[in-house]
Amino acid sequence: MNQFLQQLINGISLGSIYALIALGYTMVYGIIKLINFAHGDIYMLGAYVGFIFATKTGMGLVPTLIVSMVFCAILGVVIEMIAYKPLRNATRITALITAIGVSYFLEASTQKIMGTSPRAFPALLPKGLIKLGKVTITYQQVFILTITILLMIALQFIVTKTKIGRAMRAVSTDTDAARLMGIDVNKTISFTFALGSALAGAAGVLVGIYYSSITPLMGLVPGVKAFIAAVFGGIGIIPGAMIGGILIGIIEALVSGYGSSLYKDAVVYVILIIILVVKPAGLLGKNIREKV
Amino acid sequence: MTVLETKNLTRNFGGLAAVSNVSLKINKGELVGLIGPNGAGKTTLFNLLTGVYEPSEGSIELLVNDSMKSIGGLKPYTITNLGIARTFQNIRLFKELTVLDNIKVGMNKNIKYGAISAILRLPKYYVEENRVHDEALKLLEVVNLLDKKDELAKNLPYGEQRKLEIARALATNPRVLFLDEPAAGMNPNETQELTNLIRQIKNEFDLTVILIEHDMSLVMNVCERIYVLDYGKLIAQGNPESIKNNKKVIEAYLGED
Repeated sequence: MNQFLQQLINGISLGSIYALIALGYTMVYGIIKLINFAHGDIYMLGAYVGFIFATKTGMGLVPTLIVSMVFCAILGVVIEMIAYKPLRNATRITALITAIGVSYFLEASTQKIMGTSPRAFPALLPKGLIKLGKVTITYQQVFILTITILLMIALQFIVTKTKIGRAMRAVSTDTDAARLMGIDVNKTISFTFALGSALAGAAGVLVGIYYSSITPLMGLVPGVKAFIAAVFGGIGIIPGAMIGGILIGIIEALVSGYGSSLYKDAVVYVILIIILVVKPAGLLGKNIREKV
Repeated sequence: MTVLETKNLTRNFGGLAAVSNVSLKINKGELVGLIGPNGAGKTTLFNLLTGVYEPSEGSIELLVNDSMKSIGGLKPYTITNLGIARTFQNIRLFKELTVLDNIKVGMNKNIKYGAISAILRLPKYYVEENRVHDEALKLLEVVNLLDKKDELAKNLPYGEQRKLEIARALATNPRVLFLDEPAAGMNPNETQELTNLIRQIKNEFDLTVILIEHDMSLVMNVCERIYVLDYGKLIAQGNPESIKNNKKVIEAYLGED
């Protein structure tokens, strides 16, 4: 039982980071139906920006998070403007391949500028343990979970209770109608990229702290995992990405704890396949039947 | 006073002129009907006037701050912001949003707070959101949908979806309102109710209304003036009585003998 609780806590804190990345995938997909494969690399750049800022200035967690989130938000908007906007009316596969290209570009540029070897991320959070019976929780886990939950609450608030959130939801249901109701669609899409990328930037810093090491290719695996999390929960659905991310984190932790960490990815993929066979639109997705 | 004017407006699709050399003049406060057989180019004309399509030739001018401004080829949201709103022939509500949120999306352009005041929840955010909330409720009251405000738009019955589209268009605070077949699929009772609604909002919101409609009883009943399109060209205009007896119009609808 203790073992189970322990793994559950580990899983939730790791999963909440997947969820942060997954939110960016799902929001961008929701609004322009693009799987933004460069999203994992924005997360990686978030970690690097945090790393540079924290080591150069010696400042703490909150300023590092803010700088990294702002940088990634701007980067997301610029990428959208340069790489995706000209392809707005092209086929979806074209945009998808462009996204893969952007991903390679970001990885290679980071390798060129920062070198290929791992960097040690400064410890921005106090090291320490809280013991509850036989279950231990690190301070880091508490902070990571608190920050991700705060960010998710903020996101949920923006999406459901503000004018730009309503515009995002309107554009994602019917772009043309939204345009005719006075919504600036381009601005709304830019904002969506900014929001998703800022969350990825935050995730980058948090992962840097969690594993205390970052590399230019660190975005690959979590990027794919977060994409799976988004599909898992139902792509395009915001709460789906949160649930999907946390579930994948828990599954991974439980498999590593009870079986072998070698199998954790395999189990995640098998469960994904089962879910998609049973509920093709994901956990929270609605299956839309074609009317004949 | 002229509020909307087109001169020689033309739109080609490939070799086909869907709208050809159409010159209209709409006066402030008028209720104008646009009729014509299927495929005559009525919706294309609406799409040109609301910025969905760019004109191939000709001009569109809208009265903005007491002078005529060319709006041909402007982006749809810019045109909406200049005071033109519309509904759609095949209903295009934001289906997954609540009735209330559909209205609020329409009001978006008139909500004045930035992302920062929203995230930090500054007083400005609350003031503006409360104002928008109250105004949205008032609009729902006008179309009699107040008790449905928290339902998803897709769950409304058909007639109420039509009414919600009208309310959403009103939410953009228009001076000119285009209604694309508002009575399509309605029974005679609903059509009567709609007729009253159109008259009511025209007066209450000081609107100029242009409507496409196939239900002749509605058109003849509410419209002060009617334009008739056939094969993309204007073939007649005038008051309902003269249109009813116009030979060209009868030919267009029934064919020549």
